[in-house]
Amino acid sequence: MKITTIVNGRSYSKDVEPRTLLVHYLRDGLGLTGTNVGCDTSSCGACTILLNGESVKSCTVLAVQADGKELVTIEGMATESGLHPIQKAFQENHGLQCGYCTPGMVMAAASFLKENPKPSEHEVREALEGNLCRCTGYHNIVKSVMAAAKAMEGVVL
Amino acid sequence: MTVVETGSSKRVTGTRLLRREDPALLTGEAKFIDDIVQPDALCMALLRSPMAHARIVSVDSSVAKRMPGVVAVYSGSDLRDEWLAPMPCAWPVTGDMKNPPHFPVAADVVNFVGDAVAVVLASDKNAAVDALASIDVSYEPLPVVSNLEDALADKDLVHPALGTNVSYVWTLEPDKAKVDQAFASASHVVKSRFIQQRLIPSAMEPRGVLAVPHPYGGEYTIFSSTQIPHILKLMLSLTVGISEAKLRVIAPSVGGGFGSKLNVYPEEILALTLARKLHRPIRWTEERSENSLATIHGRGQIQDIELAADADGKVMAVRVNLVADMGGYLQLLTPGVPLLGGFLYHGLYDVPAYSFTCTGVFTNKTPTDAYRGAGRPEATFAIERSMDALARKVGIDPAEVRRRNFIAPEKFPYASAAGLIFDSGNYLSNLELALERVGYEGIRAEQVRRRAEGSRKHLGVGLSCYVEMCGLAPSKVLGSLSYSAGGWESATVRILPTCKVQVVAGTTPHGQGHETSWSMIVADRLGISPGDIEVLHSDTAIAPYGMDTYGSRSLSVGGSAIYMASEKVLAKAKLIAAHKLEVSPEDLDYQDGEFRVKGSAEKSYALSAAAFEAFTAHDLPEGVEPNLEATVTWDPPNFTFPFGTHVAVVEVDEETGQTDLLRYLSIDDVGNQINPMIVEGQIEGGIAQGVAQALYEEAIYDESCNLLDSTFIEYLIPSAAEFPNFELGSTVTPSPTNPLGVKGVGEAGCIASPPAVINAIVDALTEFGIENIDMPASPERVWKAIGAARGNGTQVD
Repeated sequence: MKITTIVNGRSYSKDVEPRTLLVHYLRDGLGLTGTNVGCDTSSCGACTILLNGESVKSCTVLAVQADGKELVTIEGMATESGLHPIQKAFQENHGLQCGYCTPGMVMAAASFLKENPKPSEHEVREALEGNLCRCTGYHNIVKSVMAAAKAMEGVVL
Repeated sequence: MTVVETGSSKRVTGTRLLRREDPALLTGEAKFIDDIVQPDALCMALLRSPMAHARIVSVDSSVAKRMPGVVAVYSGSDLRDEWLAPMPCAWPVTGDMKNPPHFPVAADVVNFVGDAVAVVLASDKNAAVDALASIDVSYEPLPVVSNLEDALADKDLVHPALGTNVSYVWTLEPDKAKVDQAFASASHVVKSRFIQQRLIPSAMEPRGVLAVPHPYGGEYTIFSSTQIPHILKLMLSLTVGISEAKLRVIAPSVGGGFGSKLNVYPEEILALTLARKLHRPIRWTEERSENSLATIHGRGQIQDIELAADADGKVMAVRVNLVADMGGYLQLLTPGVPLLGGFLYHGLYDVPAYSFTCTGVFTNKTPTDAYRGAGRPEATFAIERSMDALARKVGIDPAEVRRRNFIAPEKFPYASAAGLIFDSGNYLSNLELALERVGYEGIRAEQVRRRAEGSRKHLGVGLSCYVEMCGLAPSKVLGSLSYSAGGWESATVRILPTCKVQVVAGTTPHGQGHETSWSMIVADRLGISPGDIEVLHSDTAIAPYGMDTYGSRSLSVGGSAIYMASEKVLAKAKLIAAHKLEVSPEDLDYQDGEFRVKGSAEKSYALSAAAFEAFTAHDLPEGVEPNLEATVTWDPPNFTFPFGTHVAVVEVDEETGQTDLLRYLSIDDVGNQINPMIVEGQIEGGIAQGVAQALYEEAIYDESCNLLDSTFIEYLIPSAAEFPNFELGSTVTPSPTNPLGVKGVGEAGCIASPPAVINAIVDALTEFGIENIDMPASPERVWKAIGAARGNGTQVD
């Protein structure tokens, strides 16, 4: 069936099989391969994106459920003027190593910081519980999100 | 911080230069294996055995073959003639090691749940996976060998043709009489059995491969999510029978490895074989549950360790007997992994007598192989848990028993009883710094206070002092251990006509930030900006020689080769400068891009001019070849020996058995640090993986050898919520083994942390008289141990 989505500000109309998962629609249908797949049980969060401004694991959503909705993927975060403050904070705080969980982490952080712009470290740790990383031990991811919160003080997302 | 010679007045090494890799990874621009577009590729899917041990009676794929989109279906017997050689095992650890041949798709017998029995090629992934469900395989069940003790007893056999489940027995016992004598005269003997549970490495990116044939050129390009493109290329050539000159292997961005991608896998061989057979590109992407079943596991050992000590707790001998789980087959390095720890069961203690035996046995489980630390975490766990037991026996503090046994700083280079030469170390001051930073006395006082008031939340503090051997390695030593490859590393440094620099490295990063670190090494030596340096790697057509990345070797071996190649290319530029300035090369100094005549600094010649002169070759000195390029292949004279002290502080709730990790502090000594930010990141990640072994993770099999936790729902990869912030510090004892004075850092955290955590838990439970908790120390396990210690079953009063 045909669905229409606005992804990173651009409108797409595409035919999809009803069983197509949103993550496969993004990756295979639109060629937006920045969103990664790390598991098959919605456990790892590597595929996290924003759906109408809220983070979802795009492997738990059918593409048809995104019909008529606005999506932001990792490709939609940086602008002409450079990296998004969250991306910048991840680089400055060494919040990534292999980078495979990173797009999901960044998107989860974006959604979380919108809800809670001045979190405590503990709140960051709890908020990222659904996003697994095998490289960093999370230490620098938490630092990155705290730094991003500080950098974005007063900025409306 | 580094001590190496530099041609720069603004030193970059030792600083926290941000990673050049990050922008591409942070924006989705980086290409992992599954991001590579290959429109005409066929999707490959594998049917995997649900039986751990069975004879394949028949494979009926007639229905599957007719399904829409399906191009071909093959069973193991269909492919029998495709292989030139069985799956490679590159480490025959003994002359009589038993290595049953196995092939990418089983034709007769399956030996673990996950063993491939058929392969489907289809136009898209859905079609391929749908077809798998229509293949009908008939199995005749065979007796299953599920645990190590049964395996050792040869009750049932995994490979009946071998007549035994024992693959090999490997012994390191330089002086048996000395060991026996030490035990006969010991005041204290500490005897322990520890279980190293099986772990699933679980890199966040599962594996994947894309084999692209170029039918009219007669060549093949293989993209694989691998740590070892160079070794893979060689092994593909040997197993599939395609000339090495016709193969190009590329590792794109790789989403973590931890040893699990240090292997040659059935799917890589299959993809190439079928690309050859069908003249079509073949793509395979692993699913997470496949990753749990069909990618190697780590650990899996029963460790019996005995210490003989005198009345003061000075260890006189260590005797170790391991039974190591090989799984159903031997993979690339399976048999050698336990032996990488086999030299280190005396830890960083001055122990005069040593005995180590390892028996490798087959079971009907996923093959084991290298997982972060590979042998050294197991060794460190056994000795560090034993040192705590010894401290209890002697009646002294765990810190004190370690002080009494450390190898003294003046003894380096230290010849160990196991036959190694430890390069450099200063263990005591490292421990003292850790104790001071963590506030050890204060924690002990708090513990006493809590115990006095009868708190049900028990405070424990655990120490782990570790030394490891990394920087694999002197090729001669590897040869003496029957390893089938060398331990050298290759690097080329090329100064281009515009004075930009290309570094070609034989190492293969998968998250370690090599591009950043390698550029820093070259920037300092050549006195140019890291931004002017390009780092090329992980493609056998661009970097033809390399031994790849594992065993914390990339910096100490590969980084050293890069440093030496930088020196060599600079020396060539100096010849050109000397010729142009009409002086002798010895009369020139070099800094920040300029050669200057000693004593008359106004006479100078720029590196950029030398680069362009080398390119045009219009006026080169006699005997100097055009172009500024130098290649060095370096074979290190020894391993490197990082060390450190890790301290875990835990709170154990006696009512729930729950362990909370309150604090985690480490003081690591990895020699000189090129980029402390990256060093710390490696240690933090390693700590988390080791803590995960201590508290959460285990590949759990039932009696029929079904893996019960093959997804991330059951297999407990810890999240951010499970950890405190880590408190890191370092000491710096340069290694004399390599020109950079570095030691390696990729595995240290993972090696040190499991015993720190378990020692802390056992310490917390002192008043219950509990001497051991198996890993993972789950709440249930701890709660039951407390109940049992109280003598009232599992009841909590």
